[in-house]
Amino acid sequence: MSHDFAPLPDLPPPAASVGAIGWLRRNLFSNAINSLLTLFAIYLLATLLPPLINWLFVKADWIGDSRDACTSGGACWVFVSARFSTFMYGFFPESETWRINLIYIALIACMVPLFIEGFRHKVKLGLFVIFIFPIFGFILLFGGVFGLEQTETSQWGGLTLTLLLASVGCVAALPLGIILALGRQATNMPAVKSMCVLFIEFWRGVPLITVLFMSSVMLPLFLPEGVSFDKLLRALIGITLFQSAYIAEVVRGGLQAIPKGQYEAADALGLSYWKKMGLIILPQALKIVIPGIVNTFIALFKDTTLVIIVGLLDVLGMVQNALNDPNWLGYSTEGYVFTAFVFWIFCFTMSRYSQSLERKLHTGHKR
Amino acid sequence: MADASSERDTPAKPRLLSDPKFRALVFQILASITVAAFIFFIVRNTLHNMELRGISTGFGFLDRASGFGILQSLIEYNETSTYGRTFLVGLLNTILVSALGVFFATIIGFIMGVLRLSSNWLISKLAAVYIEIFRNIPLLLQIFFWYYAIGFNLPGPRQALSVGESLFLSNRGLYLPAPVFEDGFMATGLAIIGSIVAVIFLARWARKRFEATGQLFHTVYASLAILIGVPALVFFATGSPMHLDYPSLQGFNFQGGVAVIPELFALTLALSIYTAAFIAETVRSGIQAVSHGQTEAASALGLRPSWTLRLVVIPQAMRVIIPPLTSQYLNLTKNSSLAAAIGYPDLVAVFAGTTLNQTGQAVEIIAITMSVYLLLSLIISIFMNWYNAKMALRER
Repeated sequence: MSHDFAPLPDLPPPAASVGAIGWLRRNLFSNAINSLLTLFAIYLLATLLPPLINWLFVKADWIGDSRDACTSGGACWVFVSARFSTFMYGFFPESETWRINLIYIALIACMVPLFIEGFRHKVKLGLFVIFIFPIFGFILLFGGVFGLEQTETSQWGGLTLTLLLASVGCVAALPLGIILALGRQATNMPAVKSMCVLFIEFWRGVPLITVLFMSSVMLPLFLPEGVSFDKLLRALIGITLFQSAYIAEVVRGGLQAIPKGQYEAADALGLSYWKKMGLIILPQALKIVIPGIVNTFIALFKDTTLVIIVGLLDVLGMVQNALNDPNWLGYSTEGYVFTAFVFWIFCFTMSRYSQSLERKLHTGHKR
Repeated sequence: MADASSERDTPAKPRLLSDPKFRALVFQILASITVAAFIFFIVRNTLHNMELRGISTGFGFLDRASGFGILQSLIEYNETSTYGRTFLVGLLNTILVSALGVFFATIIGFIMGVLRLSSNWLISKLAAVYIEIFRNIPLLLQIFFWYYAIGFNLPGPRQALSVGESLFLSNRGLYLPAPVFEDGFMATGLAIIGSIVAVIFLARWARKRFEATGQLFHTVYASLAILIGVPALVFFATGSPMHLDYPSLQGFNFQGGVAVIPELFALTLALSIYTAAFIAETVRSGIQAVSHGQTEAASALGLRPSWTLRLVVIPQAMRVIIPPLTSQYLNLTKNSSLAAAIGYPDLVAVFAGTTLNQTGQAVEIIAITMSVYLLLSLIISIFMNWYNAKMALRER
């Protein structure tokens, strides 16, 4: 007696647990509290979103060149488009803005290969972007050579100044930060170590705004008679010192993450201190702290808005400046929303990039 | 031959220059001399420059009359007060806005961090949107937005937005009812202090009993009953010696109540919302750091979900959360200095701003201001380190 075992076809899963309905039940209405929360969230969105979208897009005015064009009752983007060039380039002479554009294009062209998987010379190119490119950028921006018209630093402003302050501050702080981090790790040299700790903790403990105040009112007193620094340079010095302390802490984290065996192996090979650091430890440590450095860069990028306090006009300063224009009184919301959008795009992209980098790089050092 | 063998027995003394200890010493001396020379150079230049510009030195200016008024001060202050008092007013205002910011940022941050982990898709996404938006926009811009774009466009006092005719929000600021204490309120105050002490002892007793016998005591409910019940009884028994002073519209502005100036309102709002976005991320990562095995083990032991959260997840998550939370509090305190940008009279605005402009004594004033922030940072980190040590894992 043999029975042929023929299973019945599988029953389909209950309709309420698959497809759109299943998803809704699992994610939005899994229990009473969740259902209430969902309904509340939907109510919130329904009351807030339509007026917001109406104001931002539907009823907004986009075309025109004076405030007369803004009649629909929505956002007046005409204000932004009329002032767009000052927001981007500050008071840079209009005939010379191609120089700034050229810097942006060249920078993007240099950066693109860095993001290409499998590109061989990433390190060399990265070093070029960090150390050689700023010289090229400075020549283009400042002029005075190769027949370029010389510009004043007071003409630099807007988004250009924001990017300049953040990138120069970060790049100049990098070597200083690495040296400070190494000094802080030097346990066999207590004097050097304590000096580095003092320096780092001092700059990390004070707000950037007091640093900027200090660099604008105290720095001129520090210099020998007859030597004076430009306002922009003074702010840059303050930002660099401030940023170097933060970078030092990030680099220290990287140095500590490198397994002890690497240090011991380098010693066993008889390498000198600088060879050990330069050839073995730093290449590994710096690689894993790239996300951390990007994060401090984001923080600095947001903090550069503070230079408005010492009279430099970055992108937010330019917007504030435009808001005081009697022709455009009362459009502060539009100005701030636009600036917020610009900052948000930059910061969000960079933070996402840093997160993906972290996932990619932080392998093999976790213990 | 004899020379060679003795050389082998006593190892050759390394050359002095390749002795690491000697090198470290030389390097340290060199570094110290360089730093000292640099400091000497700066000090000499500064003294010379100050002499040249006729700037007086010393802290004598702190005793001179300031001659300017301040928008908001927690202590008695007018134009005839000294610069020393100006400093104190600024410091108190900084502490006030920092404390308010820490309070609200913690509440919003913890709520948002927990909502971010909610199993409800919509809620979790909304929390994510909040975090990503406010984290990535500069704080100064947010302060400007709340102050200029929102604060200036609020209705005037006559059309003020109100909640229950007791809380008014207008372009003149926020007006709240103020408690007015009458004679005899002392008894209620004592009752409050007494019940707090009683609750502390009760909690200790309940814990001891639990550890000794395993019997649970409803500490939370009992504490609530004592904390609310006893003071309330005393309060009514002494004839309700307190009433609320409601703000009311008189002429062009409100009279009575507690007035929160628009600068303080905008600054607190911006600081709390900005820092809360960071705290929310900290809380989220802290809760996620508690491994799933812990929750499962708790369920396997038969703990209720609410107990699992209270006894297993939160204590472990707090250990991960506290260190970054400390740095967020420190950031908030330092960021409160942005008050200067909208004219809230904090330390930087009235002292490093107005006072510096009037006296010109940059070195002293910046030094005082920076040391205050360093000191505040130090106090907060000492407190949080103590708390962290209390919460840290006690390994047996």
